[in-house]
Amino acid sequence: MLLVPCPNCGPRDASDFKFGGESSSRPDPRTATPEQWRDYVHLKTNVAGNQKETWYCRGCRTYFSLHRDTVTNIFGAPQS
Amino acid sequence: MARKKPARYSAFDLVKRGLKNEEWPRLWDHHDLNKSYDAIIIGGGVHGLATAYYLAKDHGITNVAVMDKGYLGGGGSGRNTAIVRSNYLTPEGINFYNRSLELYGSMATDHNLNVMFSERGHLTLAHSDASLRTMRWRAEVNKLQNINSLVIGPDEVKKIVPSLDISRDAAHPIEGALFHPPGGIIRHDAVVWAYARSAAAMGTQMHQKTEVLDIICEGGSGPDGKGPGGKVTGVRTNRGDVSAPVVVNCTAGWATLISDMAGVKLPITTFTLQAAVTEPVKVFLPAVVVSGSLHCYVSQTDRGELVFGAAVDPVSTYSMRGTFEFTENLAGHILDLMPGVAKMRLLRQWAGLCDMTPDYSPVMGVTPVEGFYVDVGWGTYGFKAGPGSGEAMANTISSGRNADIIAPFDLARFAEDRLVGEKGAAAVGH
Repeated sequence: MLLVPCPNCGPRDASDFKFGGESSSRPDPRTATPEQWRDYVHLKTNVAGNQKETWYCRGCRTYFSLHRDTVTNIFGAPQS
Repeated sequence: MARKKPARYSAFDLVKRGLKNEEWPRLWDHHDLNKSYDAIIIGGGVHGLATAYYLAKDHGITNVAVMDKGYLGGGGSGRNTAIVRSNYLTPEGINFYNRSLELYGSMATDHNLNVMFSERGHLTLAHSDASLRTMRWRAEVNKLQNINSLVIGPDEVKKIVPSLDISRDAAHPIEGALFHPPGGIIRHDAVVWAYARSAAAMGTQMHQKTEVLDIICEGGSGPDGKGPGGKVTGVRTNRGDVSAPVVVNCTAGWATLISDMAGVKLPITTFTLQAAVTEPVKVFLPAVVVSGSLHCYVSQTDRGELVFGAAVDPVSTYSMRGTFEFTENLAGHILDLMPGVAKMRLLRQWAGLCDMTPDYSPVMGVTPVEGFYVDVGWGTYGFKAGPGSGEAMANTISSGRNADIIAPFDLARFAEDRLVGEKGAAAVGH
């Protein structure tokens, strides 16, 4: 099982978390065209390697970002 | 080019070779890479090989190379739980699964290779009123599409699978089931070999251990001429450069990595799905049994092993390592369903990569890069749809435009809000 390093709770089993998928930057909803918005919603980088991703900890109820190598599943240091 | 048939297998041949201790002919030959091909198919699984086979058989296009970085059938085609069925929810999707089931049915004779297709029936159990309601909906949708699919009560479930406990005392009482008689299991390796052997006999070349490192494009809007508006001219592999006007991406879990090489972005995330198999026991399970709420499905092979599958894992990854968490959860759910198998031992577990899309439907056909075709995003349904999509992709490649059956699954649907929601027909909740 993955051991996810939560910035508050420390390393815990992945089942204590909700995986939020790869991080991407949201376009400004006031100026984005429908095409840009749909690209943001649907298209993925799906990188094989270092990926910035979002996690939610069900223990401390916090969202945070992590870097993980998607090939080896090794985590980098947590970021808020 | 005249169509050739591979040497036929027969009982006579078996006796003759047995007595003389003769070697069997290879299913496909080894070739050096040519400088150019009419088409290059990346990914030697069911989808890639079926595409190659139908390109040769239906369209006479045989100057084709199938390239795989590993061995043929080493990805999802050899890692799925070998279940075939067509009781899906969308008319667009059902077209593929039903056609594929037809082709699987005649495969052994078409290819003169025993694929061990066993049309044994497929039961999706309902443990609650809510899931029984969903089953009724699916059955009605299926009937409209001429799919043999019906809701049956606990007594009929017991008649089909006598070893299931239908009493009210069960941990998860069986309220009924969606019964799909044409569903069954097939030997997935043999499917791969059948397509590869038949295609190779018509002139298509199989290149194993041939990794595509880059796709060479020109005229595109991105760097190196890649991206929308451009066209493909060939591929760079670990065995040298090869030119081709057509490159087809049939790489499932690795689909985005290959598409990136042509500058085409896909709505695909790679997740693992794990499965496991037990030691063989006397045959007691005559149908494929699925429990959506218990997140598991089970079938018994002709050798007597129980094959278990589950939902996709919750975290996206390219790592195909199995987890103990999966075994633990699976065992718990299977024991809820069939307490009698408690003393059986698992022989092995494995994971395969699933190319998941937002609507659980595939991405197929032409892309904004001329000559670059995709047949990806099949997620957890890929094996069941292999033959039908190979046939449709061959049609698309030979004509250069999306076949009618493919049109609803084009890449543009995500930009045009035409999603084809197939999540409700997943065997288990993902």
